[in-house]
Amino acid sequence: METSLLLTLLLAPFAGFLFNIFFGKKVSRNISGTIGTIAVAVSFIVSLNFFFQINSTKQPILIDLFQWMTLENFNVNFSFLLDQLSVLWLLFVTGIGTLIHIYSISYMHDDENLNKFFAYLNLFIFFMIMLVVGSNLLIMFIGWEGVGLCSYLLIGFWYKNQDYNDAAKKAFIMNRIGDLGFLVGVFILGYLFNSIDFATMKTAIASGQSVDLGWLGFATLCLFIGASGKSAQIPLYTWLPDAMAGPTPVSALIHAATMVTAGIFMITRLNFLFDLTPDVQMIIAVVGAVTSLVAAFIALVQNDIKKVLAYSTVSQLGLMFLALGLGAYEIAVFHVITHAFFKACLFLGSGSVIHALGGEQDMRKMGGLRKYMKVTYITFFIATLAISGIPIFAGFFSKDEILMVAFHENKALWAIASLASIMTAFYMFRLLYLTFFKEFRGTEEQKHHLHESPSLITFPLVVLAILSTVGGFISFPGNSWLNGYLTPIFIGAREEHHLDGTTYMLMGIAVIGALIGIGMAYSNYIKKSQVPSEDSEITGFAKVLYNKFYVDEIYMAVIVKPIYAIASFSKNFIETAISGFVFGLGKVTNIVGNQGKAIQNGSVGFYLFVFVIASASFIAYLFLAQ
Amino acid sequence: MDVSLLLIILLVGAIATFLSGDKWASKTALVFSLAAFGASLYLLSLYNAGQNINFIARWISVPNISLSFKADGLALALVLLTTALTPLILFSSFGNSYDKSRNFYGLVMLMVFAMAGTFLSDDGFLYYIFWEIALIPIYFIALIWGNGNPQSRRKAVVKFFIYTFAGSLFMLVSFIYLYLRAGSFLWADLTSVELTAREQFWIFLGFFMAYAIKIPLIPFHTWQAKVYQKAPAVGTMLLSGIMLKMALYSIIRWQLPIAPVAAKEYMFYFIGLSVAGVIYGSIIALKQKDLKKLLAYSSLAHVGLIAAGIYTLTLDGLRGAVLQMISHGFVIVGLFFAAEIISRRYNTTKISEMGGIRIQSTKFTSMFMILVLASISLPGTFNFIGEFALLYGLTQVNIWVAILAGTTIILGAFYMLKMFQKVMLGKKNEKLFADVNFNEGFSMVIIIAVLLFFGLYPKPIVDLITPSLEQILAVINRI
Amino acid sequence: MQNVLQEIGVDNYIYLSTILFCIGIFGVLFRRNAIVMFMSIEIMLNAVNLLLVVFSTYHQDAAGQVFVFFSMAVAAAEVAVGLAILVGIYRNIHSIDIDKLKNLKG
Repeated sequence: METSLLLTLLLAPFAGFLFNIFFGKKVSRNISGTIGTIAVAVSFIVSLNFFFQINSTKQPILIDLFQWMTLENFNVNFSFLLDQLSVLWLLFVTGIGTLIHIYSISYMHDDENLNKFFAYLNLFIFFMIMLVVGSNLLIMFIGWEGVGLCSYLLIGFWYKNQDYNDAAKKAFIMNRIGDLGFLVGVFILGYLFNSIDFATMKTAIASGQSVDLGWLGFATLCLFIGASGKSAQIPLYTWLPDAMAGPTPVSALIHAATMVTAGIFMITRLNFLFDLTPDVQMIIAVVGAVTSLVAAFIALVQNDIKKVLAYSTVSQLGLMFLALGLGAYEIAVFHVITHAFFKACLFLGSGSVIHALGGEQDMRKMGGLRKYMKVTYITFFIATLAISGIPIFAGFFSKDEILMVAFHENKALWAIASLASIMTAFYMFRLLYLTFFKEFRGTEEQKHHLHESPSLITFPLVVLAILSTVGGFISFPGNSWLNGYLTPIFIGAREEHHLDGTTYMLMGIAVIGALIGIGMAYSNYIKKSQVPSEDSEITGFAKVLYNKFYVDEIYMAVIVKPIYAIASFSKNFIETAISGFVFGLGKVTNIVGNQGKAIQNGSVGFYLFVFVIASASFIAYLFLAQ
Repeated sequence: MDVSLLLIILLVGAIATFLSGDKWASKTALVFSLAAFGASLYLLSLYNAGQNINFIARWISVPNISLSFKADGLALALVLLTTALTPLILFSSFGNSYDKSRNFYGLVMLMVFAMAGTFLSDDGFLYYIFWEIALIPIYFIALIWGNGNPQSRRKAVVKFFIYTFAGSLFMLVSFIYLYLRAGSFLWADLTSVELTAREQFWIFLGFFMAYAIKIPLIPFHTWQAKVYQKAPAVGTMLLSGIMLKMALYSIIRWQLPIAPVAAKEYMFYFIGLSVAGVIYGSIIALKQKDLKKLLAYSSLAHVGLIAAGIYTLTLDGLRGAVLQMISHGFVIVGLFFAAEIISRRYNTTKISEMGGIRIQSTKFTSMFMILVLASISLPGTFNFIGEFALLYGLTQVNIWVAILAGTTIILGAFYMLKMFQKVMLGKKNEKLFADVNFNEGFSMVIIIAVLLFFGLYPKPIVDLITPSLEQILAVINRI
Repeated sequence: MQNVLQEIGVDNYIYLSTILFCIGIFGVLFRRNAIVMFMSIEIMLNAVNLLLVVFSTYHQDAAGQVFVFFSMAVAAAEVAVGLAILVGIYRNIHSIDIDKLKNLKG
């Protein structure tokens, strides 16, 4: 029963994928989209079922299908683990997935490759489920690489534009750098534990089996590199902003709500290993905090609506990693969930705006849209409040808990994270004001066409806005349902943070910070009616920020160019040299032959002469040798 | 029923193809290759049932050479690879027409016969004969039916022939020395000769010259790219799909068990050389402007990784290597076939003249994409199984080497996706690209099906090869 | 026989055959006429034959003398074949000067 349910969960999206690939062109566009949506909805319903089952029984479900890989000291099976963590993840992946599928039916309606789009989305959901429910690292890795593949396919969905293809390729390759780290981590864990099963490793640790901590640290560091590739952390974050080349629903689903949180999922999964290696945890915390700050800085001056959201995603992911590094896994998970709600809402809202403007993404050419797009505006506003950390909205609770943990563990990290949060409030409201307030700055023709998006688009927005409002209550400070729910995935008991004076003080500081950010945005963009200047007029530090600290250029100059240079050098010189050497051997043989030919002059007398001299010297040698 | 039957089918197939006349040659060859595939499947079932399928007969008494063919799981796996790929390769060539096709297909069958013989020979001398016979047909195939400027083609092909032939002579010297010590060419006798470390070193080196050139490992690879580029598609597929594996197989079968002390002593040099090939091949592939050459360098990188895995002398390394040999055989044949499909339509292998194909043929794009993904070993494809085991084997030897070799994961994705982008994506190409026809699609679909099936369920192959590899490892570790 | 050997001394026989052999060698090396070269080769052969006979006597072993008979028979055959070839060459190039025989030039 559970096996067949699990297979339904897994294979429903895959069936949707197959249907849309093979028959999608033959059926009408709406049917193609509807089937894609139903496929995911089925998975969502199954996930709900599993969620209630596990929430009541508290027993993880392990389903073993067949043996996959055979290695000398361990086997890898196709087996799946449904526990509190994976079911939670399933729930929001398939849930938000369903909403975004619904949204896409309308959003992508006029695209000639609509069936492909739904096929890829379904495939993505399939791999994401695989990633989440895998019971060992390699099944997770199938999903891990699979979602990377779908991300590649969807970023480059409009493949006629080679710039988009470049972005897709970049995303895939940067992910692959992380994947190498992941694999190396798997190798070491396999070597250390003779197994890469989550349950087995956890039991080994819990039963106090001694593990070489040096190697374990190396392994967790490698795994973190993997996570930082997938979840866009320094130094592997630059692909995510470029990934905005994909259609907006893709950005919402893959590059905001689900796939990019895979790294956090993996680290949470392996929390018992990371807990043993505090040095690596420190690295994670610092990388997370720095990423959140750097990305927030860049987001301050971006003018592309999706780029702002992309950097904000990087920044928020940084905060999650900060929480992971501080050992507060359940808080990171909490923020993942709330972030999924409000960021999906923001992206879908921006999609709605872009849709209405006929593809325009530059905020300088927007403005005043709240008059034309009521639903989009309200939902967007709610989500913005949530991400800015305004009380009662979801983001407030999760972000506040991260800050609180940071405050307790390390004040410097707390300061960085708080600064990033203030900036978040600023740039998000900057975005809101520039897009929805004041007067419309686009062309007359665009203005003429301005309209609220159809209900298929606004419905998911409304649902997500509601979730962004109430989502925070799953982990209410002091009385957290989530923390209790997640306890079984950890070894031993977790300490609870109690509400005390410090907590309230920190909440206050956070809210005041957010309000300062909002206030600055308000004074700049509402009071002074500023509009960001043209690209060429940007100077000073703003220019550095606008150009994203020139990180792409630096990577280009430091990594890509040298590789190409080596390639050219190898191709033009080393290859030629080796090839020349080989041909040289042939040539030498030729020359020796040509020279030797002269000896064969055909004169019998000469032959005899040589013969006699040679025999004589040979005999002489024999005599002399004695 | 024993393995000699399979060889007889192939030899008779070669002769029958040669006699059948130009019109029927390709079909005759296909029929016989399918028969050979059937025969090898039947042999596999006999082997699994525990029957003796070896063939041993006296041949020459002085020097002591016998007609001895033995099939263990490893040899059978490779024979199956050969006989499974041959019909596919032949079938894929139905879209081309060759002059004097009876000669062409006859030579192809002869080559397949020789390669199967190489995998099955249990006698060193016999093995050497088959090894050299395999070289002759491909020389003519590439020389006569190849493409490009005849002058430069001749230069490349002759270089290839002399180069590999010269390398093989070193192996012959090793064999003769071994014979003088053992008094027999039989594998069992050769592996039980007591050799000093010094002797082993020289013998190991003799074998290495032959194999390093054939595989090829850097810096012995310079023949490869040009020959792949110039040879007709069938020749390239045979070379890259099967013939390379012959050398890799020979390392496992002959070189390591005969000279295990040297293999252990100098392990790091050979692993280092192989891994250097992985990185070097990947980097050069980045700069290739010719699709077939790019695939040649990707092949260089892949076989480098396989060789590195073999030289680790761990079960994981060896098993991964054999798995990767099989999967690489399929994927590289598929990729070269894709290149052939493009060049049938565009009459070029230059990447710069391609692009914008996806919009014209989605079927072909999907198939090509899957092959590309398999080639960069996405999990779920057969190649991942092998690559994972290989890298894990390398980790057991040295983690940094494994990480260096693992850069193939990154660089492989880099050059393959770059190639895919330039070849397939972008604005619509002005030249018409007809969708793949049934013949082409059929071969591709079978290759893809194999890659995906064994990617999810590699157990049959693993179970087949593991006992043989364990035996060989036991021989290697006898000292 | 032994007496003859003792009277003259075995070393003198060796000198004689060495001288004969050298004469033969120089004849082969420095004469251009093929027939003269042939004769020189015969002298060399006979020098060796002589030496064989001498040592055979010295060691009281008849095998050496038997060997000489073989050698003479072979020499006779060789001369027959060689002269036939020379006749053939003469018919073709009207000369038996070996410097003109350069068809073997590589």
